[in-house]
Amino acid sequence: MSNLLDVANLTKRFGGVTAVDDCSFGVEEHSITALIGPNGSGKTTAFNMITGYLPADSGHIVFGGAKMSRPRPAQLARLGLCRTFQQARVFNQLSTRENLVAASQPSWRQLFGARSTAADREQADELLADFNLSDQADKLARELSYGQRKLLEFAAALVGSPRLILLDEPSAGVNPVMIETMERHVRSRHAAGATFLIVEHDMNLVMRLCDPIIVLDQGSPIATGTPSEIQMNSAVLDAYLGA
Amino acid sequence: MTVVRRAGLALLLTAAVLVGFVGVTHWIMNIFIFTVMYAGLATGWNLVGGFAGYTSLGHAAFFGIGAYAMDVTFEHHSIGAGYVPFAILPFIGIGVAALSIPLGWIAMRTRAATFAIVTITLLFVVQTLAFNLKSITHGSQGMGITPPPFALHTYERPFYVAMLAMLVLALLITWYVQRSKLGLALAAIRDDEDKAHGVGVHVTAVKLIAFSTSVAIASMIGAVWAYYVLFIYPQFAVDPLISIGIVLMVFLGGKGTLWGPALGALIVVPAQQYFAYELGASKLYLIAYAGLFLVIMLFLPQGIIPSLASWADRNRHRRARTLSGGQLVSPPLHELLP
Repeated sequence: MSNLLDVANLTKRFGGVTAVDDCSFGVEEHSITALIGPNGSGKTTAFNMITGYLPADSGHIVFGGAKMSRPRPAQLARLGLCRTFQQARVFNQLSTRENLVAASQPSWRQLFGARSTAADREQADELLADFNLSDQADKLARELSYGQRKLLEFAAALVGSPRLILLDEPSAGVNPVMIETMERHVRSRHAAGATFLIVEHDMNLVMRLCDPIIVLDQGSPIATGTPSEIQMNSAVLDAYLGA
Repeated sequence: MTVVRRAGLALLLTAAVLVGFVGVTHWIMNIFIFTVMYAGLATGWNLVGGFAGYTSLGHAAFFGIGAYAMDVTFEHHSIGAGYVPFAILPFIGIGVAALSIPLGWIAMRTRAATFAIVTITLLFVVQTLAFNLKSITHGSQGMGITPPPFALHTYERPFYVAMLAMLVLALLITWYVQRSKLGLALAAIRDDEDKAHGVGVHVTAVKLIAFSTSVAIASMIGAVWAYYVLFIYPQFAVDPLISIGIVLMVFLGGKGTLWGPALGALIVVPAQQYFAYELGASKLYLIAYAGLFLVIMLFLPQGIIPSLASWADRNRHRRARTLSGGQLVSPPLHELLP
C-alpha cells in the first residue's frame, strides 16, 4: 500500500535544543498509525510542523502526492488533512451545531450566503447524533463539559470527510468511558475509509487500536512496527526506561 | 422577522428621520448630527472590532482620509446646489476600501494589543502626512470647502439625513454579516484564529473583508463630517479621541451585537456634549470619559445589550424551574458523563 503522508527530514531547533531531528516516516493509507515516545521526544512539535502550525527549519511533507515545505493549516484542511489539539480547542462562543457548520469549508459563494442553510444543519445534526451530542446542539460550546468539547472537536475535524485525521492525545484528561467512546469513533471512521495518525500516552489504547506504531526519541524515529514488535523492542524499552 | 419587529423597525426609522425635521435650534440639531455620526462610526467599527475581535484604534485615520478626500475633491470643483458632495460618497468609500486592503493585510498579521498599537501608529502616520503633504492638504494651515447654499433655518437637515443614511448602511451591513457565513467565520476567528485556520476558514480574506468594509464606512462618515464642519486641519480631522470615543461606545453598548454600538453612541455623545457644556471648554469631559470607561469595565464588561440578554436568559431559566415545581431536575446521566 502507498503512503498517504510522507514526512521527510523534518528538523526543528529551539535555540540550542533540537526538538525534532531529521525526522522521516510515512503514514500508510487506511492505517491507524500511532506516534509515541517519552515526554519531550518531539511528538507534538512534529505534529505541529506536519499540520503547518509551526514552520520547519528544514524538511518537507508529502500529503496525497503534493510536496509541501511550508504547509498551511487551511490549505491542508482543504486537501483533506484535519487535526485536533491536546486541549480540545473549539469555538467557545458558537453553539455546538455552529462549531460544525464553521468547519464545513464553504466556497466563496457560500461565504456570502446564509449562516447555516438547511443542508448545513442536516449535515451537522447527523454528526451530532452520531456523537451523542444532539441534546447539546444549541448550547454554546463553552457550556459543554471538557469531554464533550473533546468529542465536539473530533466531530468538527470529521466535517467534510477528510482523508487523514491527526489526533493529539485524544484520551488526555477524559474519563475511561469517554476513552472507549473515542476509540469506537476512530474505529468506525477507519472502517469508513479514513486514515489516522494519533499521538497518545495511554499505552493500553495505543496497543489495542493502532498498527503500526512509530516510536520517537530525541526528535527522530527509533522503531516502527506492530504493537507486539514494539513491546519487544529493546531500543524502545531503553528510551522509556532510560537504561 | 415577525410583523411586530418589522413594524417596530419602520417606526424607529421614521422617527429617526423625523427628528431631523422637527424645528429645533441649531445646537440641538448639532448634537443630533454628532450622535448619529458616532452611531454610524461605532456600528462600522463593530464589524472588525466586535465581530473579528480586532480592537482597532486606527479608524480615525480613515475618517480623516475621507474628510480630506472630500475637501481635496471640492477645492477646485463647484459643489453646485450643495448636493454634489453627497453623491461622491460611494467613490470615497470604494477608494478607501481599496487603499485599506494592503494596510489591513499588514496590520492584521498582528493581534490583540499589538494590533491596537499598529493601528494607532497608522493614525499618527496619517496625521503626520496631513501635516506634511502641504501641496495637497495645506498642512497645519488646514483647508476648507465652500459653504453650501442651504436655507439657514433648515441648514443641518441634509447633513443629518446623510449621516443617518450612513448609519442605516452600517446597520444593514452588520445585519447581513450576522446572517451570513461571513459572520460565522468572523466569530470563529474571534474565538480561536489558529483553530479557524485548521478547519479551513478563509481567515485572511474574511478579516480583510471586515476591515475594508469597516474603514470604508468610517471614511464616508468622515467625508460628510468634513462637509458639515466646513474647515478641517490635521489634528481635528485625524483625532485619536475619535478612535477612543468609538471604542468606548461599542464597549458600552455591546461588542458584536447589531444595536449595541448605536445604543452606546446614543448614550455617550449627548452625555459628552452635556459634560462639555457643564464643565466648560476645558477638556475635563475627558475625565468623565475615563470614569465611564472604568465603570463599564467593572460593572458591564460585556456591554449593555449582552448583559441584558444574559439577565433575561437567567430569568427565563428561573421561571422555567419554578414552573417545574420548584425542584431542580437532575440532568440525565449522559449529560453528567462527558
